[in-house]
Amino acid sequence: MKKDIINVSRRDFLISSGKVGAGFSLGLYLTACSDETGNASKLSNGLTESSVVNQQMAQTPEVNAWVMIQPDDTVIIRIARSEMGQGTLTGLAQLVAEELECDWSKVTTEYPTPGANIKRDNVWGSFSTGGSQGIRGSHDYVRKGGAVARHMLIEAAAEKWGVDITECNAANSIITHVPTARTTTYGQVATAASELFPPEQIELKDPKDWKLIGQPVKRLDTDDKLNGKQIFGADLTMPGMLNASIKACPVFGGKLKSFDDSKVRTMPGVRKVLAVNDDAVAVVADTWWQANTALDKLPVTWDEGTNANVTTASIDKMLDEGLTSSDKVFIGNQNGDVNKALKGAKKIVEATYRYPYQNHATMEPMNATALWTKDKCDVWCPTQNGTAALHAASKAAGLPIEQCDVHKIHLGGGFGRRGSFHDFVEQAVAIAKQLPGTPVKLLWTREEDMAHGHYHPITKCKMVAGLDDQGNLTGLHVRISGQSILAAVNPKWMNNGADTFTFQGMLPEGDHAISYSIPNLLVDHAMRNPPVPPGFWRGVNANQNAIYMESFIDELAHAAGKDPLAFRQKLLQKHPKNLAVLNAVAKKAGWGKPAEKGIYRGLSVFKAFASYVAACAEVSVDDKGQLKIHRIVAATDPGYAVNPQQIEAQVEGSFVFGLSALLYGECTIKGGAVEQSNFHNYPSMLISEMPKVDVIVMPSGGFWGGIGEPTIAVAAPAVLNAIFAATGKRIRQFPLKNVDLRAG
Amino acid sequence: MARINLNGKLVDVDVDGSTPLLWVLREQLGLTGTKYACGIGTCGSCTVHINGEAVRSCLVPLSSLDSSQNITTIEGLSSDNSHPLQLAWKELDVPQCGYCQPGMIMSAAALLNKNPAPSDDDIDANVTNICRCGTFNRVRSGIHLAVDIKKRGGA
Repeated sequence: MKKDIINVSRRDFLISSGKVGAGFSLGLYLTACSDETGNASKLSNGLTESSVVNQQMAQTPEVNAWVMIQPDDTVIIRIARSEMGQGTLTGLAQLVAEELECDWSKVTTEYPTPGANIKRDNVWGSFSTGGSQGIRGSHDYVRKGGAVARHMLIEAAAEKWGVDITECNAANSIITHVPTARTTTYGQVATAASELFPPEQIELKDPKDWKLIGQPVKRLDTDDKLNGKQIFGADLTMPGMLNASIKACPVFGGKLKSFDDSKVRTMPGVRKVLAVNDDAVAVVADTWWQANTALDKLPVTWDEGTNANVTTASIDKMLDEGLTSSDKVFIGNQNGDVNKALKGAKKIVEATYRYPYQNHATMEPMNATALWTKDKCDVWCPTQNGTAALHAASKAAGLPIEQCDVHKIHLGGGFGRRGSFHDFVEQAVAIAKQLPGTPVKLLWTREEDMAHGHYHPITKCKMVAGLDDQGNLTGLHVRISGQSILAAVNPKWMNNGADTFTFQGMLPEGDHAISYSIPNLLVDHAMRNPPVPPGFWRGVNANQNAIYMESFIDELAHAAGKDPLAFRQKLLQKHPKNLAVLNAVAKKAGWGKPAEKGIYRGLSVFKAFASYVAACAEVSVDDKGQLKIHRIVAATDPGYAVNPQQIEAQVEGSFVFGLSALLYGECTIKGGAVEQSNFHNYPSMLISEMPKVDVIVMPSGGFWGGIGEPTIAVAAPAVLNAIFAATGKRIRQFPLKNVDLRAG
Repeated sequence: MARINLNGKLVDVDVDGSTPLLWVLREQLGLTGTKYACGIGTCGSCTVHINGEAVRSCLVPLSSLDSSQNITTIEGLSSDNSHPLQLAWKELDVPQCGYCQPGMIMSAAALLNKNPAPSDDDIDANVTNICRCGTFNRVRSGIHLAVDIKKRGGA
């Protein structure tokens, strides 16, 4: 059926990504295009390659919101979520292409803007890219998008041929009229298809018929990452653009009192020295290096405010009080009568753990480029949530949301930092607003990034368990004391004052259900919120909760005189998927058989972000206390596995993230400010410390679990349990850089 | 005015001599493949070659350079992703976010310049770049694969 109105192209809201090239439409604002010696534009007509691509794309008919097809059969798939390394761009394209039945070798992708999404009544759904939701949160509607487009393309061909649509099928971008063997391609009927109404009902394929989903296809975004062509937010340039470096009051909650720009105004390239909001000062210059050089020399006075005396010790005191308090305590999971069980126990085991503040430390520091006029504000930035960035831009610009837009650029890492908080966007717009009509790129220094994170929150955890005379676990009380992320990020998501995210991996049911059946259980949280801003951090609260639970279960196994695998298996009898991943790693690692001399093993199992994960680590600790992690066997059951080789990459990467946190991750507080300033005092793991990782991807089907985060949860506890096996030392304070691992 | 030898061509740069090579590349010459991430020579994202050796360009002031030194950036490694490391990286899908990868590749390329078949220990000692996404195991495999590709005459 034909539409009454012509399908209007929305090309000018879009920027492209992937194979087509990092072209930014709104054709005025083009990235620098230079050859290998930096000479500008090679094209004689003055257009960069990117703008030519965009002009070509402007002719492309949109079959529906998700799919555009060019006459040469190039398929452009719209991706609403953000690619930040996790491979979601390729995975989502696989989902659309599976139903579309297109030629995968001709697939490319582009990001629609959040502004276009609002104008089109939320046609692309959520832009939020966190909580390992990229694929599991949108698989249904993106596959429908592909299926609907396929139907319309086949219908267009059937109409052209004057045959019944049921006599036609499509595969590999070719439509066939079966009775006559006539064929045409998607590119030839795309314009006609774009004028049809979409079908009201569309059926998705049965998973057993998938051809592309489940295949280890290569990423779509690799080529430009091998030669420097990939543009990240920090790399953006525009004609007439100025650069800004910023310094906010290092003390949390502190304000800008004054600055003396007389010393820096005349420095090379400096255009403006300005206050940003009420807590920061920025220098704007021709180049960022000039801006930052001047900022370093700028005398600034801060009003440090009420947090100037906050220290790690004062925060620890708050948390210690919460370990035994009954004030502001919320229950996350409860069954049976834990007090009675503990009273009747043959043996009581008790331990208290502590997990520190950590910075996301994305390789690319925070940045955003903004262009403000009294009628319009555009922002170009790496963001995990384009819509949230748009709201931040609109608010900072003082303009209605319809007059603003955000153009997403590839992220040099996200890990949660670029999702909930767009402080860097607010600052960039606040600066650009003081320079109307001039695009300004704000790039934070690493030092600013370390000082103004939204940190992985601090918690302590006291666990008390009872064992009967057979060594069975009869009761467990888990008391978490510490910071709520939701109280800072989004209090509206809280449940009568409780932050259920705090209990990830310990909840009675759902994506973060506790793995074990424990007869008498109480998990509760004494909310204690120090004045250090927390945020979602890759893996979120599953990370430390898994350390607490899986280290303590190991403690209980040893207290009961039982094998850590057997002790867990018994508690997992009613949790077959958790048990299956645990058994898989134990088998592959050779649990129960002797390891090589000097090598010791540790286990962990957890459910997080709807996936089931387990790990077995093999470590040695020498007589100087030097730890070496030799190998980790890891298993993941994510339900459906869209791209197994990318899952392997995420699992391997999760060990780097989780073990970097375990070995080194710690932000300490002194004078109300973070003490760490750069990678020299906030280190991250190197290749020399990286263990071999054997990944078992074991999708059991029937559900969609996350990939980017779950494995982080099992990384640290598996290593900690192996360290205990090696040394007899139970580590309960992190990171390990502060701990003497020598046996004894 | 300084004259440097960049990716095989002489280039004149008119900027304060204290400006680090990293920022000359990025801001004066528009070569943004070389990344800023720490600015203190720790992370390796800004790695380039000077006379074939891996150097952290954030610590190299322009004034320390002259046209006798051959500077190579990621843009100069190959014009068409045909360097063995680029071929291997593509084959193994090494990059995740990709931000550290130009520096990672340049560190690996400098290692292969002086050691055409490095062992794992050689890689550990020479590739000291930070990658927060965690591509290390594929980086290691990629270096070994690049050696094979070169042996097979792939590039």
